[in-house]
Amino acid sequence: MSARDVLLEVAYLAASVLFILGLRSLTVPARARRGMQLAALGMLVAIVGTLLHHEIVRYEWILAGLAVGAVAGYPLGVYVPMTAMPQRIAISHMFGAVAATLVGVAEFWRLGQGARVGRVEMTALGFEVLFGALTVTGSFMAFGKLQELLPSRPVTFRGQNVVSLAVFATAAALFASLVLRPENPAAFYGMVALALVFGVALVLPIGGADMPVVISLLNSYAGLASAATGFAIGNDVLIIAGALDGASGFVLSVVMSRAMNRSFTNVLFGAFGAAPATAARSAAELSVRAITPQDAAIQLAWARLVIVVPGYGMAVAQAQHQVRELAALIERNGGTVLYAIHPVAGRMPGHMNVLLAEADVPYDRLKEMEEVNDEFEHADVALVIGANDVVNPAARTDRSSPIYGMPILDVDRARQVIVLKRSMSPGFAGIENELFYRENTAMLFGDAKQSLAKVIQEIKQG
Amino acid sequence: MHLQVIELYVFVLAGFVGLFTITRVPALLHTPLMSATNAISAISLVGSLVMAGADHGAVPTILGTIAVASATVNAVGGFIITDRMLKMFRRGPPGGAPR
Repeated sequence: MSARDVLLEVAYLAASVLFILGLRSLTVPARARRGMQLAALGMLVAIVGTLLHHEIVRYEWILAGLAVGAVAGYPLGVYVPMTAMPQRIAISHMFGAVAATLVGVAEFWRLGQGARVGRVEMTALGFEVLFGALTVTGSFMAFGKLQELLPSRPVTFRGQNVVSLAVFATAAALFASLVLRPENPAAFYGMVALALVFGVALVLPIGGADMPVVISLLNSYAGLASAATGFAIGNDVLIIAGALDGASGFVLSVVMSRAMNRSFTNVLFGAFGAAPATAARSAAELSVRAITPQDAAIQLAWARLVIVVPGYGMAVAQAQHQVRELAALIERNGGTVLYAIHPVAGRMPGHMNVLLAEADVPYDRLKEMEEVNDEFEHADVALVIGANDVVNPAARTDRSSPIYGMPILDVDRARQVIVLKRSMSPGFAGIENELFYRENTAMLFGDAKQSLAKVIQEIKQG
Repeated sequence: MHLQVIELYVFVLAGFVGLFTITRVPALLHTPLMSATNAISAISLVGSLVMAGADHGAVPTILGTIAVASATVNAVGGFIITDRMLKMFRRGPPGGAPR
């Protein structure tokens, strides 16, 4: 081992340690920022170290790639609004997967189109391009749905599962044949193409409300693709970072699927896009109680405890700043405002927390579901802003409901529930919500941002 | 012991470290966590840099260069946006509800 190689290994080891410390720092919000800065330093060390690699003979292409990536990456870091975070994360899963897949393909190419690839290495390369390619297109589809370039409702056709399964089975069969005989370019590139198709087939039938699970799953796949790259080129820091990434996506998938009461098998096989069942009961004959911003202002202004329940609707209306302003008014009158965050509220894990933190809500007011559910019976007002399925009591009571068994926020136990909603159209899952027809529920119709602005104005004048 | 067996050990042990660490990350920080792991996975640069700079012929150089650009997007954008998010999370004034 030359001195240069030793230096390189030391750099990789340092990077690995800093990555682990960085992720560990995320367990304590107050230390998280510093920890992740250390992780960024780790990345820099690893990159600079790699530039010393003995196989590198010229730098012009490297510099070109670094420059293009930095120019594209900087605005994606600095200017993307927090409301667009789900699609931002989805597209970055794609970039990561593109890198892993292309390195895999280039490696196969360089080793005589498989002629000089051993069976063990072929196994690693196969996993790399399989996970990589399906994550590339899967993430792109998720991005398209979240950015609303594609319909966010499930896109399905007859026999879809059979077609998807056939595509996957063929790719797996090609993979097996390649492990037995790596020197088969047609099989290799065919496998990559099928994995690309499979990524589309995996995500297209999934609805927008299920995106938290999908994004977590793609996070995990992108990590596994990286780890497989590490195996293929014999690089430990890549294996470690990929394993961390894969584990993180795995943990988040499990958390998300539990919060939606879906089994983990269901998540792994991506079969969670079944078309929504029709509403179990029609509520057409029931009536709702609509109120005006003035009424809402009277109830909120002097409330002692208000629990805000944000949902995707808050993100769409970009109403988080108004929420914060309203909370400041209630607090000035001596009330307390808490925020109840359901794990799958929004389109990705933790989406609501980021939005509210952006609006300057202190994080000790953001409460997780288990923590806050007992507080609702003490609350004067539960203010539901653009959330629907996560507060639907049918999840507790109605066995025939598609969301039966899903843990929900017990807003109906509050003395008064005010729901901000555009119209009476059912939620994303297409399920009627009996909460809206309860005696202690009042509906404030309209755009959440405008409604809140009116309420704020009323309180200020009153 | 075979090199690949050692690599398997590394993978499995790192996976456990990841599981034990990440299950302790509060739901509050799940979005920054995801962007953080995303940024960290840009370490695939260690592979793509070598592919782009080594003398393996035109195709690996081109693919490697695209891979470098893709991974750099995450390395630069990922750490910046993670920092931007973490900067926003702050504690409220001590002593519960403010007057």
